[in-house]
Amino acid sequence: MEWGAVSSEGKEVSTILESGSQRTLSPYVTGTSVLGLKYKDGVIMAADMGGSYGSTLRYKSVERIKPIGKHTLLGASGEISDFQEILRYLDELIIYDHMWDDGNSLGPKEVHNYLNRVMYNRRNKFNPLWNSLVVGGVKNGQKYLGMVGMIGTHYEDNHVATGFGNHLARPIMRAEWREDLTFEEAVKILEKCLLVLLYRDRSAINKFQISKITEEGVTISEPYALKTFWGFSAFQNPTKGAEGSW
Amino acid sequence: MSSIGTGYDLSVTTFSPDGRVFQIEYAAKAVDNSGTVVGIKCKDGIVLGVEKLIPSKMMLAGSNRRIHAVHRHSGMAVSGLAADGRQIVARAKSEATNYERIYGEPIPVKELADRVASYVHLCTLYWWLRPFGCGIIIGGYDRDGPQLYMVEPSGVSYRYFGAAIGKGRQAAKTEIEKLKLSELTCRQGVIEVAKIIYGVHDEAKDKAFVLELSWVCEESNRQHQKVPEDLVEAAKAAAQAALEEMDAD
Amino acid sequence: MALRGDWVYENNGGTCVAIAGSDYCVVAADTRLSVGYSIYTRDYSKICKLCDSSPLFLLPSPLTASTIYQHQHNKQMSCPAMARLLSNTLYYKRFFPYYTFNILGGLDNEGKGCVYSYDAVGSYERVGYSCQGTGGALIMPVLDNQLKSPSPLLLPARDAVTPLSESEAVDLVKDVFASATERDIYTGDKLEIIVVNASGIRQEFLDLRKD
Repeated sequence: MEWGAVSSEGKEVSTILESGSQRTLSPYVTGTSVLGLKYKDGVIMAADMGGSYGSTLRYKSVERIKPIGKHTLLGASGEISDFQEILRYLDELIIYDHMWDDGNSLGPKEVHNYLNRVMYNRRNKFNPLWNSLVVGGVKNGQKYLGMVGMIGTHYEDNHVATGFGNHLARPIMRAEWREDLTFEEAVKILEKCLLVLLYRDRSAINKFQISKITEEGVTISEPYALKTFWGFSAFQNPTKGAEGSW
Repeated sequence: MSSIGTGYDLSVTTFSPDGRVFQIEYAAKAVDNSGTVVGIKCKDGIVLGVEKLIPSKMMLAGSNRRIHAVHRHSGMAVSGLAADGRQIVARAKSEATNYERIYGEPIPVKELADRVASYVHLCTLYWWLRPFGCGIIIGGYDRDGPQLYMVEPSGVSYRYFGAAIGKGRQAAKTEIEKLKLSELTCRQGVIEVAKIIYGVHDEAKDKAFVLELSWVCEESNRQHQKVPEDLVEAAKAAAQAALEEMDAD
Repeated sequence: MALRGDWVYENNGGTCVAIAGSDYCVVAADTRLSVGYSIYTRDYSKICKLCDSSPLFLLPSPLTASTIYQHQHNKQMSCPAMARLLSNTLYYKRFFPYYTFNILGGLDNEGKGCVYSYDAVGSYERVGYSCQGTGGALIMPVLDNQLKSPSPLLLPARDAVTPLSESEAVDLVKDVFASATERDIYTGDKLEIIVVNASGIRQEFLDLRKD
């Protein structure tokens, strides 16, 4: 539901409770889909850099994929401020872990589990973090890719996508995914998905970052755009057939 | 009271007639009897070294560490009561993370030392608290470059080029003074620190010891780290060689 | 609580079935995890092993996911004890319930199959067979018809374990899931079957329709 909108029951959606304390009951600035995919050497993730304020494209350079520690990538859709809060939690978690200085470090599995608990705990307090998060990484030769939702629903899979991505990109990924995808092939699949999302998701923008994580570490690409083609017949004369009775 | 000067050492909240707080001085004694801790500021960073006395051969190697990481860019070495030291380290860690939570950047070393010193000092102000029986050397790297601080049980904290506490501090300080710290790299500094620690260790009187070494320098990417194993071994060998040379003289 | 919104719950679908025999227990659930008209994943296990001897804990509609207990009484927990514990766990959150519909299956102290069926807030009953979840309503009458459970109104009370053999029970489970998958959009992808008997725990899988 969009901010300031009216809920299905017809009641005004309120961000203030009787007690006066405030919580996120609808998001302000949001990011759209994140896509993630396991491939031969690790995990790659992609997201655009838009930050929407309702239907306004408010920000155009939001980095929605971030490295967490040495072995993990985190991608987020949903409320950007909540995502940044989550990054602060994780930074602290990683720092405290680092200070043990015992040669151990948190892997993607641990980070995912931590986030599952945080998200579920916040929903139990009726004060959710308004995000869908994609967690990917490699540690000790083990690839990992998972997702957590706003209320703590979580799962792992060989490919994941949040929001519109689950509708539009997952079918493409299901059809084309293989265990032994090369990096180039994986990028190709993701770009195909991103393009579909760009065409069909109103809040998607043509400025992306693709990132990969392998045993060697994290690489996040510079922002770049995809070549679009608007000559598809479905895009021509879009109002055709929508003529009103007047 | 039987005579003047007695009965004034039972509380940190009581001054003696000549203006001393004996409890704090007793706390300092606990430090003076402990293994030596040395810190030096070289031209490119900080080196910390500890003579960790081993109370029992059956102790697991690597336990009871005396050098601790605080955030990424600094570390602290503890002399005196190790358990008291851990309390201070825990406080330092929380101060460091708290600072970054608020200001979004790592805590400056000066600020860290000041906050740790305040905490140590706090424990000298109330009758229901006991002063910490340990001295702390803090080494860190921030935008003002590498810095070295020492905090004593009284709560004072000063910045140093080279600092030493513990049993062998006098000899250690004499040795540090001989070094050309402004020209020394950390790589060389590690060797010098090892020599000093091995030099002040009294094999006849003291228990066995382990040399703990850490640094924060350009080579460690301005991060506080244990000194790499090969360099530690080289430093130990150099220290041993220096000792034998001395014995031969 | 007045401030509770409907957003705190999400129905993730899924179906589970459990059948108790005289010396075995079969527990089965599909592996589809969905919300609304979309599927999160086709491979989400909803069966969870609770202790060596047998008991299995099952949660279709697994939003509130796993709350798992292992006990320290110097022995493995018995299935009836686990059943009460699960009831207490659910009832503890009576006024902010776990939105899960559980079946607990295993062997009791005599080695007889047992099945416990729950609602979301912890009321439970020992039965001979049960099913729950989004496909539950489709499957239950078939089980009633095939397993010929003695009426609970009969006096003296009759044992509820089914007369079927283990392999017959497994076949029945496969059939009812294949059927439920035809009509329930939340059931499908894969069926995970767990069989518990005196010789231990066995797991098998059956592919279901993915549409």
